[in-house]
Amino acid sequence: MPPRLLDDEVTFEAEAGGPSGRVLVVACGAIAREVLAVIDLNGWTHVTLQCLPGKLHNTPREIAAKVDAKLAEAEASGAYDAMFVAYGDCGTAGALDEVCAAHGVERLPGDHCYGFFAGVDAFAAMHADNPFTFYLTDFLCRHFDRLVVRGLKLDTHPELLPMYFGNYRRLVYLSQTDDPALVERARAAAVLLGVDFEHRPSGYGDLQPSLETFVGAAHG
Amino acid sequence: MSDQELDLSALPDDELTKQMHDDLYDGLAPEIVEGTNILLGRGWSADRVLNEALVEGMRIVGIDFRDGILFVPEVLLAANAMKAGMEILRPLLAETGAERMGTVVIGTVKGDIHDIGKNLVAMMLEGAGFDVIDLGINNPVEKYLAALEEHKPDILGMSALLTTTMPYMKVVIDTMVEQGIRDDYIVLVGGAPLNEEFGKAVGADAYCRDAAVASETAQALVMARRAAATA
Repeated sequence: MPPRLLDDEVTFEAEAGGPSGRVLVVACGAIAREVLAVIDLNGWTHVTLQCLPGKLHNTPREIAAKVDAKLAEAEASGAYDAMFVAYGDCGTAGALDEVCAAHGVERLPGDHCYGFFAGVDAFAAMHADNPFTFYLTDFLCRHFDRLVVRGLKLDTHPELLPMYFGNYRRLVYLSQTDDPALVERARAAAVLLGVDFEHRPSGYGDLQPSLETFVGAAHG
Repeated sequence: MSDQELDLSALPDDELTKQMHDDLYDGLAPEIVEGTNILLGRGWSADRVLNEALVEGMRIVGIDFRDGILFVPEVLLAANAMKAGMEILRPLLAETGAERMGTVVIGTVKGDIHDIGKNLVAMMLEGAGFDVIDLGINNPVEKYLAALEEHKPDILGMSALLTTTMPYMKVVIDTMVEQGIRDDYIVLVGGAPLNEEFGKAVGADAYCRDAAVASETAQALVMARRAAATA
C-alpha cells in the first residue's frame, strides 16, 4: 500500500472510458486499498479513484470542505459522467451529506468505516449490545501508532489515556484481510488501552455492494 | 519561550494572570498550581483567581478550539491544568459560602459512552459558579428523572457524540413533558453531531456548541428565569 495514503491526496486513474463514460470515486485514503480491491474484483477499468488523506480521520471537521472541493473540481473538468463519495458520515455531523446533496451524489451508508465494513445493521446491533467498544479496521490497525498513540499525544502525555479511553471495555478488530500480523497489532492495541480484545473478520461488508450498485447505476 | 525557568512569583498580578492564561493554553498543570497559590497568597479571593486566571484562560482555549487552531489533545491538557487549579480553589470557594449560580444535572445519554465534551462543560459550569451533579455516561431516562427529583436543579444538560444516540434526548424531554415537569427545568443539549435545529426539534431550551457557550447560556438562562420569576 502506498504509505502516502495517510498524509497525501492520491489518485488512481482509470485506464479507459467505460460503456457510458468515466466514473469518479472520491474516497478516504483509509479505505483506498479496499476500494481498489472492489474495483479490481469487478474489472472496472473506467473508474478513477481519488483519495483524500487518511489522517483526516482525526480532524473530521475538514472532511466535508475537502470532498466539496474535489467534487467541484471534477465537475469543472467535465471529465466524469458519474461521481460517488466513499465516506460514511465520518464525524462530519451531517456536513458531508449537505455536500453530497449539493452535488447530487451519494455516499457510503453508515456513520463510519467500521460501520460499513461490519455492515450497517450488524454494526448497530453489535454496538447496542456493547457500547463500551473501540473499533479498528485494517487501516486503523496499521496506523494505530500514528493516528491514536501519537495523534492523541498519548506518547508524550500518557496521563490523557483514561480521559480518552477510560470508558471503553473492549476493542473489536473488524478485519478486511486475513493477516496474522495485523491481528497481533490489534491485540497489542487492546493491551495498551487496557481493554478486552475481540477479532471479527468482516471483509468489505457493505462497501462492495454499495460500490457495485453505484457503478452499475452509472452504466444506466 | 526561553529555556530559562520563569519565576512566577516575581511577576506583578496582571502579568501573572496573563502568564497563567499561557500556561493553561500549554497545559502546564504544575505552573497553574503555582500561579494559583501565588495569587491566593497575595490576598486574591478564590473566586477572583477562578474567574480572572482559570476561566478566562479556558475561554481563550475554547475559542482556538472552535477556530481549529487547537485540537482535542491540547484542550484536554488545558483542562487537566485547570482541574489542578480547581482542586486548590474548590474547598476555598465552599468555605466562603459565596452565592451559587445554581445547580446543574448533566450526563451523556443512554447508549453513549463519550464524555470528553460533557466533562469540559461540567468543568466550565463549575467555574461559572454552578453546583454540578455529573451522572456520567450511558444514562437511561429513569436516571435523569431520579436525579431531577433528588437534586431539584435549575438545569438539565444532556450530551451525545453519536448520531445513533442523540435522538434519545427527545425520549428524555418527552418523558418530562408527559410527567408535567418539563417547564420546571432549563434543558441544554450538546455534542458534536448536534446543531441548533436539532436542539429545537427535541424541545430543548438551547443547543450549546461548546463548553464556553454552554457556560454562557446556562448563566444567561438562569438569570432570565429568575428575573421573570420576580417580575
